[in-house]
Amino acid sequence: MKALLLKRLLQLITVVWGVGTLTFVLMRSLPGDMAYRIAASRYGQDNVNSDAAALVREELGLNQHPLEAYWHWLTDLLQFNLGNSMVSGLPVIESVQHMLGHSMLLAFAGLMVSILIAIPLGLLSAWRGNPLDSVLMGLSSAIRAMPVFVVGVLFVLLFALHLGWFPVAGYGTFAHLVLPAVTLALSLAAVSNRVVRDSAKQTFRAAFYQFSKVKGLTAWQTFHRHGVRNIAVPVVAFFGIQLVSMIEGIVMIESLFSWPGIGHGLAHAIFARDIPVIQGAALAMGVVFVLLNTLVDLLCLWIDPRGVEQ
Amino acid sequence: MILRTSQWLGLSLLLGLLLFSLLGITLSPYSISQQDLNAILVPPNAEHWLGTDHFGRSMLSRMAHAIGLSFALGILCVVTSAFLGTTLGVMAVWAGKRVDQALAVVVNILLALPGLVIVLLFAAIAPGSFWVLYIAISLVQWVEYFRVTRAITQGVIQSPARQSSNMMGFGTWYQFKRHIWPAIAPSVFTLAAFGGANAILTMASLGFVYVGIQPPLAELGLMTVELFPFYSEAPWLLAQPLVVIALMVFGFHLLAGKRA
Repeated sequence: MKALLLKRLLQLITVVWGVGTLTFVLMRSLPGDMAYRIAASRYGQDNVNSDAAALVREELGLNQHPLEAYWHWLTDLLQFNLGNSMVSGLPVIESVQHMLGHSMLLAFAGLMVSILIAIPLGLLSAWRGNPLDSVLMGLSSAIRAMPVFVVGVLFVLLFALHLGWFPVAGYGTFAHLVLPAVTLALSLAAVSNRVVRDSAKQTFRAAFYQFSKVKGLTAWQTFHRHGVRNIAVPVVAFFGIQLVSMIEGIVMIESLFSWPGIGHGLAHAIFARDIPVIQGAALAMGVVFVLLNTLVDLLCLWIDPRGVEQ
Repeated sequence: MILRTSQWLGLSLLLGLLLFSLLGITLSPYSISQQDLNAILVPPNAEHWLGTDHFGRSMLSRMAHAIGLSFALGILCVVTSAFLGTTLGVMAVWAGKRVDQALAVVVNILLALPGLVIVLLFAAIAPGSFWVLYIAISLVQWVEYFRVTRAITQGVIQSPARQSSNMMGFGTWYQFKRHIWPAIAPSVFTLAAFGGANAILTMASLGFVYVGIQPPLAELGLMTVELFPFYSEAPWLLAQPLVVIALMVFGFHLLAGKRA
């Protein structure tokens, strides 16, 4: 357990260092004089002159030695001093907090719906066997072959443009949440229902499960006492693996539905080359990713105290 | 290696798409940026087999180039990351504890961020660059090969067969070829098929959020965004990149045989 937490802590540190260094390189490798670029995005293309550039250069300390600048960059980072957006001028940390909140809402909703889809369907296909099993597995293969954004585009076309049930994009009301959350949920559930099914099948076939039926427990008692925990271990462990696709899915879905979350913010910042926001968003994603991974590790340990093999 | 029916199906699907792309690139009389503003959003006809887009550019040429680009990236990424991953994976076991520990640190750093975020950060450094995408995707993907190769090689290195080969004085390359490669080959092949699908998907995803390959180049994700506004006038145009992405990914998944 200690080793596990230590490993995750190390990852946390490397995330901060890695993202910080990458964005520093990014900052330095921008073509042209950076001061002019920033001045242009602040004051508009027409108001840029050497005075404005000099002002920016002085304010942001752009005339330092690269190593010195790198040191400053990292120490700022450690104090959570992420600076201001180059485009809007607002503090990065505030907008990241905002975006993170929206993303969490979407992620949570998507995850819940995916659990509601995957667990019943997975158990059903393990329990009933063929032909239902083959149909469900074929269906999930077909969905898996489509990238998240293709699923999303199809949903927009069908439910928003054709049927007009939900808004195409944006946020605010519950109706805005439905399509993004369901898109995310489907892409997650198409993979995890297979894990539930395999895990359940293995447990149903196990000798201890047969025995508990033989000794006279009802189907429900058997499932409740001997099934749930055993089925849960691989499923929860798989969630850790699926975190990656969840975060990647969120980046795509937020961009597609203009959901003002962290993925949308990151894509926009990259497009606008707004480096402080790129750094803030990537950092937030990395930190959340490591923390959630730690949580999954601990959860697995709690469900199956025999210890998780690494 | 014996392929199953579904794997043959996947392979022929991919080869069919590749053939379409190669024929389209070599035989189509239109370039990907040649506009004909008198013939925009034309449905498929004898002159433009797949119709034209909103600038009157031939969709056949554009689709052929986009598929070619996706395959080029997919294959390059698979070859690079498979080579790097298996080599380092074997080295981690064979070259002693120091190397293993050093590689473990690198892998931990890479695993601490979701792959797409790493690729996005690289894409920010040089927007629209095919080679930066290639480097970033390969950098993300080799870890998978590394982990699997390392785990399998650990068993093989200890096996009596490999050890007696060593004691009989066979060289490193022979031992690798005779003992290690047969053990890791099936897993590497499966990973490669999924890796190809993932590389293509990542490029399309980046194109879709507009930070990948830039216009006027043809790229599947980018074309999806470009053609989306014309969906009600020309749904057959939007369908083309969407169907092709799904077919490519499906083809690679079938080829993999086993599931992820």
